[in-house]
Amino acid sequence: MVLNRLSKRFAELRAADRAGLVVYTMAGDPDHDAALAIMKGLPGAGVDIIELGMPFSDPMADGPAIQLAAQRSLAAGGSLARTLDTLRAFRKDDRETPVVLMGYYNPIHAQGPAVFAAQASAAGADGVIVVDLPPEEAPELTVHLNEHGIHLIFLTAPTTDAARLPTVLEQAGGFLYYVSITGVTGTASADEKAVEAAVKRLRQHTDLPIAVGFGINTPAQAAAIARVSDAAVVGSAVVKLIAEGNGPGPVLDFVRALAEGVHSARK
Amino acid sequence: MSTPNTFRSGPDDRGHYGIHGGRFVAETLMPLILDVEKAYAAAQADPAFHAELKHYLTHYVGRPSPLYLAQRLTDKLGGAKVYLKREDLNHTGAHKINNCMGQILLAMRMGKKRIIAETGAGQHGVATATVCALFGLECVIYMGATDIERQAPNVFRMKLLGATVKPVTSGAGTLKDAMNDALRDWVANVDTTYYLIGTVAGPHPYPMIVRDFQCVIGEEVKVQLQDQEGRANPDSLVACIGGGSNAMGLFHPYLDAPDVRIIGVEAAGHGIKTGKHAASLTGGKPGVLHGNRTYLLQDDNGQIAEAHSISAGLDYPGIGPEHSWLHDIGRVEYVSVTDDEAMEAFQTLTRLEGIIPALESSHAIAHVMKLAPTLPKDHIMVINLSGRGDKDVGTVARSMGVEL
Repeated sequence: MVLNRLSKRFAELRAADRAGLVVYTMAGDPDHDAALAIMKGLPGAGVDIIELGMPFSDPMADGPAIQLAAQRSLAAGGSLARTLDTLRAFRKDDRETPVVLMGYYNPIHAQGPAVFAAQASAAGADGVIVVDLPPEEAPELTVHLNEHGIHLIFLTAPTTDAARLPTVLEQAGGFLYYVSITGVTGTASADEKAVEAAVKRLRQHTDLPIAVGFGINTPAQAAAIARVSDAAVVGSAVVKLIAEGNGPGPVLDFVRALAEGVHSARK
Repeated sequence: MSTPNTFRSGPDDRGHYGIHGGRFVAETLMPLILDVEKAYAAAQADPAFHAELKHYLTHYVGRPSPLYLAQRLTDKLGGAKVYLKREDLNHTGAHKINNCMGQILLAMRMGKKRIIAETGAGQHGVATATVCALFGLECVIYMGATDIERQAPNVFRMKLLGATVKPVTSGAGTLKDAMNDALRDWVANVDTTYYLIGTVAGPHPYPMIVRDFQCVIGEEVKVQLQDQEGRANPDSLVACIGGGSNAMGLFHPYLDAPDVRIIGVEAAGHGIKTGKHAASLTGGKPGVLHGNRTYLLQDDNGQIAEAHSISAGLDYPGIGPEHSWLHDIGRVEYVSVTDDEAMEAFQTLTRLEGIIPALESSHAIAHVMKLAPTLPKDHIMVINLSGRGDKDVGTVARSMGVEL
């Protein structure tokens, strides 16, 4: 069992009987400095956990918003190495907020899983989500992340049935990420009733906190999901604001509204 | 590396060929892919499935395709005796239909009513649209915007067949990007949809399924060569490789025949040194894309590079994982041929044999034009003429500076 900032944060949330807000932004979008400025503002705007996107040329599980974010990042010199630079810079001021790196396997594979795990740990990562690395192929990465106290966080989907769930849970750490829609990111809205039923089902199989994402776009939706899960994840809706050229001001205003929704959901 | 007893036993139960292959997809797709694997195993064990496939291959596709001794090409090259396996004569004009026919029967066994596919040159798209028309299934084809432009006749053909062609503008708008969008569609339509992958790549079990359905090519050559030459084994086999399905179909039945030299020809585009090519084995390194680990064109940061080839069907930065394994263990030789060499071979075969080859297949012919003259006259060589070149006349005219 890996104990790090992520485990600690979920314990705090549980003690306070409130859900967490997880916000995703793409490292290096629209450029390194602007992305860092927004990231630094997230904890103050009420974000409990940050997901930092690692740009990839072929993001197969992402909808247009995050595809374009990756393209902007790459065009501005983004890479896995630059993503870790961003995280290092963030950690100079913030030693508390858990940060989860999210992306695809090839950039990690190109570095080698061992090198990646060491560098991610040194930069201050607490968890890693690799969208296209299912549990069957994950041991080659898990073994190195475990050495460095980093959780590998797995996704479950509406299509993940009871027969398959134990396979997913076997190496799962940190929290379980429930994909609320069958689709790519940011393209449909999560149905609260369906999510509630799915979370209940997952709870029978795991004690891990359950975060829900992929179809949450508004503060009201985030609040609804927060009532039935341990954390709500918002990505595309935030990334779209950045795409429209907004700086930290408007982006963080929106994030504050999300946080109010999530944090007051159970009152 | 030790030599295995057989080269034909792969993949392992999780789809690995050496370090390559496997299943690298989002969790939403995993249960579907496991379903496809289960359904395929059941179909393989069912004689009725094989009988139905055989029926359509014979009476609809037109199999067996001829094995033709290209006498004038042989005479001109002055060395090896060159046979052409005429996959260009199949219904729809390429080997792609072999796989589509097998997978559409599988999709129907699974109760799927909506078929999606990616296409580069448009040959796989046309073959998929064709079998969907044949069985009355909804068909959506993802095709890069760049490819739509250079393969206009095939786009129109797909539309005539009732398919919806969705242009893909992300990335460079070629085959890789079309495959990304097809995967995104599949994730969003898991209940209704079957993804009919066109080459020996993607997550397990696709590389195995496509290979099995294409092996009819090599199996027929064994019988035809026995009939024409009194021996089932040629001295060498040559085929072009993008994803590698036509090559795998010819090669696989011969992998365990040690005396058969096997050569795969990748697209060198403007030349390997220019960086503008599609030769994943020659110029790439192992990575993970589109559901499998395999050799990929990529930069040092693991970002996928754009491939280049004059032939849209070879314009892909990856290759089927079984080819990657055969490359690693050295059973198959992989070489490359440039755009210009392929263009010259295209014209040579057209003039000498009255056969207009696809630009993809012209890569295999180009290599044979280099190799055959160095070999003795009793050396028997079989080239997979994987498709016909009618679809390419516009591209060829442009490259010759001719306005149509």
